[in-house]
Amino acid sequence: MLAQEFIRNALVAGSAIAIASGAVGYFVVLRAQVFAGDALSHVAFTGVLAAALAGIDLRVGLFAATIAVALLFAALGDRIRVDDAAIGVVFAWVLGLGVLFLYLFSRGSGGSNGAIAARTLFGSIFSLSGHQTELAAVIAALVVAGIAGISRPLLFATIAPDSAAARGVPVGALGAAFLILLAIDAAEATQAVGALLLLGLIAAPAGAAMRLTAEPRLGLAISVAAALASIWVGVALAYAAPSLPPSSAIIGVAVAIYIAAFAATWGKAF
Amino acid sequence: MGLFAYPFMVNALEAGTIVALMAAVAGWFMVLRRQSFAGHTLAVMSFPGASGAALAGIPLALGYFGSCSIAAIAIAAGSRGRMGRNRQQESAVIGTVQVAGFALGFLFLSLYSGVLESLETLLFGSFLGITQDQVLTLLAVAAGVAVFFVLVGRPLLYASIDPAAAQARGVPVRLLEPAFLLVLGLAVAATAQITGVLLVFALLVAPAAAAQRLTARVGAGLALTAAIGLAVTWLALSLSYYTDYPIGFFITSLGFAAYVVAHGIGRRR
Repeated sequence: MLAQEFIRNALVAGSAIAIASGAVGYFVVLRAQVFAGDALSHVAFTGVLAAALAGIDLRVGLFAATIAVALLFAALGDRIRVDDAAIGVVFAWVLGLGVLFLYLFSRGSGGSNGAIAARTLFGSIFSLSGHQTELAAVIAALVVAGIAGISRPLLFATIAPDSAAARGVPVGALGAAFLILLAIDAAEATQAVGALLLLGLIAAPAGAAMRLTAEPRLGLAISVAAALASIWVGVALAYAAPSLPPSSAIIGVAVAIYIAAFAATWGKAF
Repeated sequence: MGLFAYPFMVNALEAGTIVALMAAVAGWFMVLRRQSFAGHTLAVMSFPGASGAALAGIPLALGYFGSCSIAAIAIAAGSRGRMGRNRQQESAVIGTVQVAGFALGFLFLSLYSGVLESLETLLFGSFLGITQDQVLTLLAVAAGVAVFFVLVGRPLLYASIDPAAAQARGVPVRLLEPAFLLVLGLAVAATAQITGVLLVFALLVAPAAAAQRLTARVGAGLALTAAIGLAVTWLALSLSYYTDYPIGFFITSLGFAAYVVAHGIGRRR
């Protein structure tokens, strides 16, 4: 299996994305911001289609759209988090724009839009080139470095926002910086598992970790490990069973880990 | 040609009206309870429901309602905390349920070899080709949803605004939470068959969020939500009919515009 180049690319890029998503995801769940992550992941769809329509590199549209919406959420929110209805309204609209772009694009190109829409929505980890793999690794390293850089004050600002602010921690700026890291991670993960499924790598491993432990360092480690396991086992499963789409396999493993953690902590009060 | 010249447009307007009213009431409570994420996820569950039903050869509607109900129960069970809903657990469980739905739907769709509606129609819907039967089904679901809110609207409101006090006064808060999600799931499943999985949510959240920016009163808020929802739906249908652009684009854009206007007015007050 490892002799195949596309499998090696999938494993390398997938591992990089898993480490970044596991780390970002831990804070996303801790801050109860999975909905913002969900919105950013759907926005990726609009970004790709806008870029396709404009005839520029799809990745430019991908990153530009997610980062722009992350900045919008940061501007809309109060010090700590954004109102969920505001997120919902904005992201429904951006998705509607995506529908318009899809329509315009399919009219312009004579109906060859299905492939690009499906690839954006559901990803294609088995078709990453060597260059894309390198880029994925570099971006993931940047995201992880960013999280590591702000993790201490971010943890403080998340758990006790008022005392953090009183102690001079820039709570609002940290929240905005974190949303931007989340946006970069979402755009990155879109290429592997797709706009509709990347939330699985952000929410499920971290959600499992949060059920198993309240200790941040251990939780972060469990979250990253669970995300990595999802990628590795998912890729192997999809390779063994060709009718199984790799994205579904990866997310299936992530969800199974969450369910196992849920069952193991059944009846525990949170 | 006039808007009412074709039967399909009449059906679309009837269905749109029912959907807008049902989504208004369910959405108003959803926004009040800060459960927009749950609402979106329940909407998504129609996707595995439809593709799973097609694969298994059972009626699509059964798939829609089945998967939405399962998700509603899973979300309610998973977000339960020591004191009401635990925000972190809720956030994680809803996200996990949603991606499980998408992953299963995608799997079913790729296993299914027959002709199913295209991925695009499932996700983004189409108001065209709505049958009289579908309108009647919608009407039945809407009637059920209306009965629910007439019966438990008051205790649900109390439980939403002040769960602790409601519980102390004997309101069955722990029962109302899954019940509300279940009804929201049913309403969303009925709507998603027409608006598509990804756009039901616009009708649920935008009118209600706009109305709640303008008034905190219950009766006025519900009426305003319904009025905005109807205006958005009717305008979007006509615009889509006359311009040929996708309905989803108009519904989301008009909803967004209503919210922005309401936000501006609410801020000035």
